[in-house]
Formats: sequence, C-alpha cells, structure tokens
Amino acid sequence: MTGRLPNESMIAMDETTISRGFRSKRQEQTPKNRLPPGQYVTTDFPVLSAGPTPQIKLGDWTFALQLGGSLLGKWNWAEFEALPQTTIKRDIHCVTKWSKLDTTWQGVTFDDLLKAVGLKEPPAFYIMAHCDGGYTTNVPVADLIGGKGMITTRYEGLPIPPAHGGPARLLVPHLYFWKSAKWIRRVRFMEKDQPGFWESFGYHNYGDPWKEQRYDGD
Amino acid sequence: MTATETAAQPVRRLEWQLAQVREIVVETYRVKSLLLHVANWRGHLSGQHLDIRLTAEDGYQAQRSYSIASPPEDELLTLTVERVDNGEVSPYLVDDLHVGDQFDLRGPIGGYFVWTAAMGGPLCLIAGGSGVVPLMAMLRHRERRDGHAPALLLCSSRSPEDVIYRAELDAMARRDPNLRVVNTLTRKQPDGWMGRRGRIDKALLAQECFPPEQSPKIFVCGSTPFVEDVSRFLVELGYDPLTIKTERFGPSGGQGP
Repeated sequence: MTGRLPNESMIAMDETTISRGFRSKRQEQTPKNRLPPGQYVTTDFPVLSAGPTPQIKLGDWTFALQLGGSLLGKWNWAEFEALPQTTIKRDIHCVTKWSKLDTTWQGVTFDDLLKAVGLKEPPAFYIMAHCDGGYTTNVPVADLIGGKGMITTRYEGLPIPPAHGGPARLLVPHLYFWKSAKWIRRVRFMEKDQPGFWESFGYHNYGDPWKEQRYDGD
Repeated sequence: MTATETAAQPVRRLEWQLAQVREIVVETYRVKSLLLHVANWRGHLSGQHLDIRLTAEDGYQAQRSYSIASPPEDELLTLTVERVDNGEVSPYLVDDLHVGDQFDLRGPIGGYFVWTAAMGGPLCLIAGGSGVVPLMAMLRHRERRDGHAPALLLCSSRSPEDVIYRAELDAMARRDPNLRVVNTLTRKQPDGWMGRRGRIDKALLAQECFPPEQSPKIFVCGSTPFVEDVSRFLVELGYDPLTIKTERFGPSGGQGP
C-alpha cells in the first residue's frame, strides 16, 4: 500500500469552492503517498459502530469458515490461537476521514486459514463476513489472499478491546476500515458478490481509499 | 440489523454541491447552527449526515462529516456544529464563517441511524452533548408530520450553558403531551435546578425510558464513552441490542461505519 500515489485525476475532477479565510492547521506534513485523498492523520483510535458493543466471552467464542451452507472448518479460541500467527504493520483508513499510521496487528492470515482446512485454492471469488450483533461486510477473495487479509486477535501486541472489535476482527487494511469487520464469527465464501451492511446503506461496494470510493457511485 | 433492512439506495454518485450560508444561529457559547441553501438538494432522512469540504487558497482541502439538524420538510439545510478546540474545521465553521459564505458539501450519507414518522414509536432518543443534533432532526420531523408517536429525549450536558436547542425543546415539549424532554447536568447545576444531576446511569434509564416490553426505537448519540456506557446499560436492562442504534463521535469527530 505504501509507495502508491493517489490518483491525481480523481482529485481534480470536482470543481472546488475556495473557503474564504480557511487555512490548514496541520503541524507535521504526512508524506502524500501515505495519506489517501480526503483523509487526515489521527493519533486517536476513534470507535464507530452501528449498535452496542457485544460482550463476548472467550469460552463461548468460535470462528467458522463456510462455503455457502457447508462448514469448511471451525475453531474455538484455543484452537484458533494455535494456528500459525502473523504480525503486520499497516496504515488504516476510515471512511469517516481519519487515518492511523503504522498500526500493528497479529492474527491468522487467510492463506493460513485455507491451508488449515486443506484447501490449496480459495473455493469462491467473494466472502461475506458475519459478526456478533448482525453486522456483515463483503470482500473479494483476491483482497484477502497473498497476505492481504487476516483474522486478527492482537492490536499493538495486546488483546483487541471489545469496542475495537475484540476478541477477533477481520483485517483488510488496504480497504476502508468498515471492511475490517469487528466481532467476526464466521466467513462465508460465496460464488456471487452480495452487499453487506454498510454496502446496503449507500457506502461503496469495494471501498478503495486511494480511489476515494466512499459512497455508491464514487 | 441485516442487509435486507435497506433504505433506498442512491445509484448516482453523491456529487459535491455548493452550499451558501443564509443564516447563523448561536445555540451555545461553543455551538452554532448554519442554515444553508443548497440548490437541488436531493432530500434526506432525519438522522443522516453529510460531508463538507473546505478548500484553502493554496489548494489544501479538509473534509469532515456533520449530522443534519433540519428535518426533510425544511427548505434550508441546517448543520449544528460544536467548536472542538484545536480542531481544524469546526473552529472555522463556528468562528469565521459569515452569512453569504460558500463551501462544498455532499450527501446525504447513512441510512441506518434514521427515523421516519412511518416507523412509529415509542421513540427513545438519548444524547450526550452535541449528540443531540441528529436526534433533533428526528424530533423536528416528528413535529412537522404531526406525529403522535410517544417520544422521550434524554439529554446529558455539562452545564446549563451547554444545553443545545433548550428553548426550542422546551417549547416543543409544552405543545406536545406525547413528548418528554429530560435534561441532566453532569458538572454544574444552577441554584434551583429542578432537572436531573449527574451522568446518565442505569437507574435513570430504567426510570425514564419506555420499558423493553414496548419495544421502543432507541437512538443513542454522543461521544464514544457516552455511547458505550449507555448502550451497555440498555442491553443490561433487557433491551434487544438490535433495537439500539448508535452513533459515536470519536475524539476526532465523525459518523458512519
């Protein structure tokens, strides 16, 4: 993700109105290739969710991989923790405009999950992530394999706090962060793409921050 | 909360549109309402928000999301903005903007944290500070539509000087026996204050909210800690989590996913 330049022609497409007397207050300049268009850097970690934060006991937690209606694999917390662990450092970008640089996550990559259920190839082109609280989001499988996506259980070396999606959340850091679904419990492979929760409420189906795909039609 | 519970989907791109400030209303010492004229506004639902974009003379741009305070029935679009000290956009909007000034916006955005008169009640609105803004759009919509859905607005503010829309809400509640407005002040109560004191806690929610058996439509909006606390209390009191819709203002502001 780093090293890519925002698409300049996308930015210049709209006519803009100069706001009399408005000036930047940004102190440090973030390199342009780190910050997608329309984003600003925050050092906070804002929380944005559509409902109450579910309180999940690790003893009750399971994670399942499905193909359509059939089960490919299912793990309890201890079994999931025993899967190969990967740690990555990435910038994350929320559609509500904040970006957070150099966040560190640990978890199990999709490549390792597929291996764990004995698959050499992903069984379909799309997934739907299903979460506690009823949240869903859709992601193309191509955006998850090759080390691009994981089920993460540690943030900055510590268990993920419930408000930030713990005990486990999907992590697809190169897409807007609503795709990195909190409180994930089930990933369902599907032949045809279908919109998830926010994707049904006018948000973009794919959500590439570098193309500023915030809303439907962007 | 399922994908099938879908509002009408916009198929056209949300284009940037020119907004002109027609009127500025001082709500509190740090909050102002901007009444905007937007030609060809496509309409919105109460509870939705929009993106604004400011452009400096050197081309620098900043985008932020703000809740819409006006109901769909109003001709002008109203944003109510709280000045966040050290913020980049809100101090400009609150302190520098004049009637006649223009900026870009696009919207409406969001279709989950919305209430329409057709959805009925009882309506249970719980606000921390400027979290009252999208809830006010719902109450204004309810009144314009002659709504009789029983409604409660429970508002937590720091001090009497921080209560937003106080006069309008008091007047609205006086006109409407089906609306109850309850204010609680967390830091400073004036002499003779007859309202509630302290933060919204479980006991206050149990006392004021419509009981779970009535399946109220619940909207909670405020800072992240406020929404986390209130929504957890509500779940503990037996309300179905799927009936509790939340919008959190992170420390950096913003709504949506």
